[in-house]
Amino acid sequence: MIAHSIFFYFFSLIAIVSAIMVTASKNTVHSVFFLILDFISISCLFIMIGAEFLGMIMLIVYVGAVAVLFLFVVMMLNVAQQKNEWFSARESSSHIPIGLLVSLVIFVELIIVVGGWKYKPELLNSISLNISSELTNTQSLGNVIYTDFIHLFQLSGMILLVAMIGAIVLTFRHRSGLKRQSYFKQISREKSDGVEIVKVKKNEGVKIDV
Amino acid sequence: MESLLFVFSEIYKILFLLIPVLVTVAMIVWFDRRVWALVQKRRGPNVVGPFGLFQSLADALKYLFKEIIIPASSNKIIFILAPIVTMTLALVAWAVIPFGENLVIADINVGILYLFAVSSLGVYGIIMGGWASNSKYPFLGAIRSAAQMVSYEVSIGVIIINVLLCVGSLNLTDIVLAQKNIWFIIPLFPMFVIFFISALAETNRPPFDLPEAEAELVAGYQTEYSGMMYAMFWLGEYANILLMCALGSILFLGGWLSPLNISPFNLVPSPFWLIFKILLLFLLFALVKAIVPRYRYDQLMKLGWKIFLPFSLIWVVLTASYLIYFDLLPKV
Repeated sequence: MIAHSIFFYFFSLIAIVSAIMVTASKNTVHSVFFLILDFISISCLFIMIGAEFLGMIMLIVYVGAVAVLFLFVVMMLNVAQQKNEWFSARESSSHIPIGLLVSLVIFVELIIVVGGWKYKPELLNSISLNISSELTNTQSLGNVIYTDFIHLFQLSGMILLVAMIGAIVLTFRHRSGLKRQSYFKQISREKSDGVEIVKVKKNEGVKIDV
Repeated sequence: MESLLFVFSEIYKILFLLIPVLVTVAMIVWFDRRVWALVQKRRGPNVVGPFGLFQSLADALKYLFKEIIIPASSNKIIFILAPIVTMTLALVAWAVIPFGENLVIADINVGILYLFAVSSLGVYGIIMGGWASNSKYPFLGAIRSAAQMVSYEVSIGVIIINVLLCVGSLNLTDIVLAQKNIWFIIPLFPMFVIFFISALAETNRPPFDLPEAEAELVAGYQTEYSGMMYAMFWLGEYANILLMCALGSILFLGGWLSPLNISPFNLVPSPFWLIFKILLLFLLFALVKAIVPRYRYDQLMKLGWKIFLPFSLIWVVLTASYLIYFDLLPKV
């Protein structure tokens, strides 16, 4: 049990410190790396409470895919210079109250959730599902998601699909003058439309029109 | 006292796995070069030791004594971390590979997800190295490589779903035991082919070695690295290739199971069969390197997103429908 709590405090310390460093570090790329560290330690915490499926999915989806895209964008935009300009500008102080407001809302929400869980545990039992401890949590998730919550599951999939299509439509522009390779065209070329045999007259040559 | 003994026995087990893996990595580098040479009618490394077996050790010694150069304008901490991340991730994944029934360090419920997660983290070693070098060629190589690895991971994930549908468990031991009657390579042969090609792209092997395309990018993300740090990238890459071969043999070739369950075959100890299958798959990797020319970048992306992903998704639907229609779904 001691080892368990040592690991718990170790991972949560890393999670909190790296979460602070995400906002505190000057270099934006460093912020993203700290965010990745945060994701990894949170997924370790998930694994420690026995939610191994959630932890692994967190690693695969957030660290393996989402954070890579984050890094892409941040590295390509060269935000480091912009951010310094923001900090030096007077207007940056107007962002601080909004940030404080958002964090206050999140803090109150957390208090409500944790307080409800602490003082009215029966309320929580009435809205949460019974999970048998014999099944692994992958199986118990699978039992619920595709049966009781199939509509919500499909709906969230649809929302993601719409978001994806929207992003593609917004950024897609057809540029003219690009040369693209078309396998079909290449393969279906015949000798007759590629080569022409011409009889060349003396002292006249051939007129080529392209 | 007991807990101390436990820790020591675990460390002993881990070393017992890791040291052979590292030695094998050195040996398959030699094997790779020999196969490559033989296809091209050359001799390959054959001077150091019998058949040139000690070539990799000699190379490692050379790397050890080379100077480690850290560019002045690089981001030093991340620059040093990158090869360490690559190497560590390539090695931690071996914890869940079963070499026989109960012959595994960590027999966890979500073994296959763990393997998938660790291999998807592998991209960070490359991005970190490419970005921290603070130079154009490494950065371009890193970006190419990240895009390539993320795209092919998607199709590998869908292929894994195909296998999981037939098994009904995420545990690697269960996956192998489910192939007692028939290896999954026979019913899921197209998936095996796609898995093999995606594994080539995932590990940046030729014909998908665009991240280090020496004709365009010098050496990609490894350009600024030298000495032991370069060697660590290199070892991590080969350890990843071995891991992909192990994953392929567990998913499709029946892991540690013998090909026929009759007398001369099933007397051989089970780890032998897994190692044999890994080496067989690696032989294919080495042959592909020698005989296939490099892909163009747009062709690579087209192959990943427009051909492999739809095909493997359709195959998921087919597998699921077949299993439901004939009532073959594994009972949990």
